[in-house]
Amino acid sequence: MNPITKIAYNCQKATFLIEKKQLSPLTAREKMELKIHLAGCSVCRMFQQQSIFINKMFSGKLFGNRYEHIKLDEDFKSALQQKIEQKLEEH
Amino acid sequence: MQDAKPATVEMVNPRQWIENYADYLYRYALTRINDEEQARDLVQETFLAGLEKTATFEGKSSEKTWLTAILKNKIIDLYRKKSSGLSAKTEALTEETFQQDFFDAEDGHWKQEHRPKEFIALQEEPLQQKEFNNILQGCMKKLPELWYAIFSMKHIDEEPTEVICTTLKVTPSNFWVIIHRTKLSLRACLQKHWI
Repeated sequence: MNPITKIAYNCQKATFLIEKKQLSPLTAREKMELKIHLAGCSVCRMFQQQSIFINKMFSGKLFGNRYEHIKLDEDFKSALQQKIEQKLEEH
Repeated sequence: MQDAKPATVEMVNPRQWIENYADYLYRYALTRINDEEQARDLVQETFLAGLEKTATFEGKSSEKTWLTAILKNKIIDLYRKKSSGLSAKTEALTEETFQQDFFDAEDGHWKQEHRPKEFIALQEEPLQQKEFNNILQGCMKKLPELWYAIFSMKHIDEEPTEVICTTLKVTPSNFWVIIHRTKLSLRACLQKHWI
């Protein structure tokens, strides 16, 4: 099998390149390999779309930070406040 | 001319820390650790360490930045602790091992049961987003600690790959295997639960 045919049929390699592409530049060869693969593989095209979406959701770039509205428990805060006051008085 | 002032009480105000920074630091930790209890402990440790170090606070950065830096170091320490001893195991994580999980070993095609199917589109709807995030969080919890650490350092803090590899003692090739593997697992988990 020649190298072009190989990548055209290898979804494992293609998904690897999809991940790499989102974090660092691909080499010219890798770019071409991925392009050829994606042109003929709708499953990996969907994987790519979902992968980009997951990254954006995770890093908060799509709809904001996942924990935007979360607060630290009030009881925990007051206990900690007391601990801090206590430490300050020791000095 | 500026006086070289020693750290004074007006530069740091620990009595106001909780009110001013506790929620912010908690969210910062939770985003990177994904465990409520550990995130809470980290916030506590950060404030207590800050108290010990008030004398070294030089006012070069804001109080918030300074406390965040302390927390960030604690998170990295925790990542290290969690991933130490695991690096040996990841050596076995070669490209071949996942072919058997997600892809056909013969031709590299997706196995029938692992083929990505369309997700339900996510709308600009807070409740739906919250639900999705809960599922994402649950799926994240299933990842090995080292994978989560790598994924988080890369995607949240956008650390250079070399820094992540040095900090967590992974080889660059294992780094990419883990990045790839993490996404395959996460995506599969989301497909299973986001319906």
